[in-house]
Amino acid sequence: MLTKLFKSSKTSFQIFNALYLSFLLGGAFYALKTFHNYMDIYEKAILFGSVGFFSWLGWSWNHFKKIIILVFAISLFAIQLYGGALANSEHIFLLKYLISSQSAIMWMNVFFALALLLYWLGLLTKNNLVDDIASSFTSLAVLFGFIGLLVRWYESYLIGLDIGHIPISNLYEVFILFCLITSLLYLFYEERFNTKKLGAFVLIVINAAVGFILWYTFDRHADGVQPLVPALQSYWMKIHVPANFIGYGAFSLAAMVSLAYILAGKKILTSYLPKPAVLDDLIYKSIAIGFIFFTIATILGAIWAGEAWGGYWSWDPKETWALIVWLNYAAWLHYRIVKGLRGPVLAWWALIGLVVTTFAFLGVNMFLSGLHSYGQL
Amino acid sequence: MSFAVSMLVFLGIASVIGTILKQNEPYENYIIKFGQFWFGFFEKIGLYDVYHSVWFLIILLFLVISTTLCITKNTPIILKDFLLFKDSLEEKSLLSFTHHLVLKNKKKVNLSQVIHYLKQANFKVKEKLKDNGDILIVAKKGNYQRLGYIFTHVGVVVICLGGLLDGNLIFKAQELFGYKKIETLDIPASKVQEVSRLSVANSSFRANMTLAEGSSDNVAFVRMKDGYLVQDLPFKITLKDFRINHYSTGMPKSFESDLIISDPELSQDITKTISVNHPFTYKGIAIYQSDFQDGGTKLDIRLWNFLNSNTSQKINGKIFEKVKLDKDQLTYEFNDFRKFNILHLKEGIKEKPRNVGPSVTYKIRNNSGQAREYISYQYAMPIDERSFFISGMRETPQEEFKYLKIPADQKGSISDFMLFKAALQNKPLIEAVAKKMANQSVNSDKNASVKESFENSVNKLMTLFGQGGFSNIARNIDTNIPASEKDKAVQTYLKIIDIASTELYKNQFNLSDKELDQSRVTFIQDALNAYSDMFFYGSPYYFELINYDQKEASGLQLTKSPGQFWVYLGSLSLVLGIFSMIYLRERKLWLLIKSKGGAILAFTSNRKNPDFEIDYKKVSQAIKKIIQ
Ligand code: HEM
Repeated sequence: MLTKLFKSSKTSFQIFNALYLSFLLGGAFYALKTFHNYMDIYEKAILFGSVGFFSWLGWSWNHFKKIIILVFAISLFAIQLYGGALANSEHIFLLKYLISSQSAIMWMNVFFALALLLYWLGLLTKNNLVDDIASSFTSLAVLFGFIGLLVRWYESYLIGLDIGHIPISNLYEVFILFCLITSLLYLFYEERFNTKKLGAFVLIVINAAVGFILWYTFDRHADGVQPLVPALQSYWMKIHVPANFIGYGAFSLAAMVSLAYILAGKKILTSYLPKPAVLDDLIYKSIAIGFIFFTIATILGAIWAGEAWGGYWSWDPKETWALIVWLNYAAWLHYRIVKGLRGPVLAWWALIGLVVTTFAFLGVNMFLSGLHSYGQL
Repeated sequence: MSFAVSMLVFLGIASVIGTILKQNEPYENYIIKFGQFWFGFFEKIGLYDVYHSVWFLIILLFLVISTTLCITKNTPIILKDFLLFKDSLEEKSLLSFTHHLVLKNKKKVNLSQVIHYLKQANFKVKEKLKDNGDILIVAKKGNYQRLGYIFTHVGVVVICLGGLLDGNLIFKAQELFGYKKIETLDIPASKVQEVSRLSVANSSFRANMTLAEGSSDNVAFVRMKDGYLVQDLPFKITLKDFRINHYSTGMPKSFESDLIISDPELSQDITKTISVNHPFTYKGIAIYQSDFQDGGTKLDIRLWNFLNSNTSQKINGKIFEKVKLDKDQLTYEFNDFRKFNILHLKEGIKEKPRNVGPSVTYKIRNNSGQAREYISYQYAMPIDERSFFISGMRETPQEEFKYLKIPADQKGSISDFMLFKAALQNKPLIEAVAKKMANQSVNSDKNASVKESFENSVNKLMTLFGQGGFSNIARNIDTNIPASEKDKAVQTYLKIIDIASTELYKNQFNLSDKELDQSRVTFIQDALNAYSDMFFYGSPYYFELINYDQKEASGLQLTKSPGQFWVYLGSLSLVLGIFSMIYLRERKLWLLIKSKGGAILAFTSNRKNPDFEIDYKKVSQAIKKIIQ
């Protein structure tokens, strides 16, 4: 009886997966049919490559599948509402207050802030229900963030056919990407390790990024869509930037878990947090995933530079700092894997690693000049 | 190991230095920054080109050597482990594993079921029948993890070697032994000596070439330290056309060069358009669009004389050339022309930058050799609802430009200002206006002396103003009027200048009071301010760009990098290696099924993390279930 039930849920699971794949493929073919005039062969390859990537992610993580389906469905609905006129974002109620890219991103900010508060409330009161709500808010924030980015992608084409581009080209956009990737990574491990207590820490960096987005929007008015400078007009951007941000996101996650680890070691919040071994494993796992994506991103960046600047390695400050970050985590992994080092030293190292990473991500743009021209503050 | 990690840390720190100190700047900049002494010291230790300095290369070399040693040390062990199933283990050694389980079977062991289970769990399995009748099952999975180690480190070594291949090691050696020398003089490429030339056969280089439209060349320049080397090319490149396409916002959208490549070995030339992100490779040399500059734009210029009446003269200039005005002993040196200037005219909120049209930057050098730098825009720019001609001046390159703002007239030209300026300098006209003002304000004849003194003061005031603007008046007040009356005097003087200037303006343009609308009143105010600022502008001429014939030059980068293939190959190996090292989990299992009944299970991995424990639990329970 039990096995029978198990089996049937397994088949319905497979049906769901098949539906998901066909949903993604359908979307890809629709995009191909509508936009093939604007895509070169590499971009088409990337389109179907991302179908593969997203279905793999969805198959290995059910929650992600649900988010993706909602994101695409709601974004398509928003695009329908636009009906090809940018001005509709002012007239149509749903767009204006909910799912135009600016509004969706504001909702993302709101949900992230609420999630942070609730995670702390849940942590300090040891109330699992509050944790559950915080976690749902994080998912909601991710949902709105992705809708915001997708709709922004569409809006950019409404501004001008030659202006439209994937929204990962300036600091405002990549900060949103950072929030989304970091929280997705966290949500994944939250489910895997069944520890909602760490949200209180991880949401701190995410909310720091939210703070930056708000400052950038309201003080700098830098949230507008800008056309791409020639150096960024390349399909490489579509894979280089997201890969990089998976790296940044994972390193940030590791740093925040390290913070929890260090506090627990100092008998602060110890009884509230998961066991040190779990934290330790989580730190290693997220640095490992960050490291592999960061490696790929740096290599892709080198290949791109080889095509755009005439040399795969120019010792440009951004490149050099990417190398420094990479070396830092390579050394970390050596200590952990080869020497079997564990404990507070590695946790501190991962936390300081975030400082190095942040400098590579932001500091270089602020303090050093170079060929990576985008996103000056 | 610690040695390797310290190498990583060293490399990191060295890299940081290179990003903090800007690399490969012209040497003068460093001298200014550090002073002679420190400049020389820093040069010796190679801080201006850290990544090509000897010590940096030595760090890299150590890294390569230690990694190579590590690979050679570990590879045989790993390969053996990878290929072999260790089936010689005895009962005793199995019991010494930290994770082992002694099973007592109640029924006969179903061997095929065990093997089926293991295979299903992705183990590779081998059975061995021992002499004493025991059966030893050896199983392992995730074995590629060990190979990952080799792939990762071989990747690192290959990348470093590929990078060295593309570095300038060979040149460095040649320089050390005196076969090559860096050229520091600014002379034509054809005059550069053989010791500073790199031959066509040079296998790796990164050189630059600037071509003006219509010109061609077969050499490129490799910038080094405080000079350069000439790289001879096996073909000639001609720039047919260079284009910048723009977005509707005025931002550049693409930079494109139409090239013609002439190779004596080919019967026909190759024509090719390159742009950013779309280089062209020929004979192993990749040609990139890297930047652009002016290629000698021709300029038609009118110089308006600021100081003497309303005269102007026309001159012809060309970017990168000079024009000497004999009369004033002034030399105009034209430095740059820009067809588009995207400026942020209003600060702040949602105001988009816009294109304000062409500009010229130039220097005016006097006969004692001193020069000021200027920038002049061709068209008036809208500022605060009005329209101004803008020209900037600075005395040294470190300063910001200070701007002269001359109001444009209703036709958008500068001529009204120039006419008005002429009126401010027109002595008879000033006298007539002074007389008229005296007549109007002092009405009866009996005050003839008052009238005359009023007329004189207007006259004097306007002459002072004409000779030096408001600051001249201020100087006059400072020297002649007691401090207690200054404020009042300033008020009065300003009022008089205001009225007199308005009279002069009406006179010059034949306007009645009625025709003097608000826009003209504002114009007069702006013009008076501009007139006063003019005396600080440092040039006796206003520079008006009338027309231009643009000629652009394209900056190309040419690279030959034989190491690129190896770097990419090494990268692939690195990624595969890291992936398998991190994501594959090596698991080894032995199951000794004893002929006398009972079994021993041993489980191990080269990494024992929480996942290992989970796996151990899963596998041991499954096998227990099958056996018991
Ligand atoms: C610049 C990059 C790297 C350098 C220069 C480097 C260098 C070295 C060296 C010299 C050793 C030898 C230690 C010894 O046995 O004496 C070593 C071992 C090792 N490295 Fe790396 N490595 C690099 C990157 C990586 C990466 C990215 C990883 C993994 C993610 C890694 C994982 C390991 C492991 C697991 C060992 C131990 C092998 C063993 O003895 O079983 N290395 N590395």
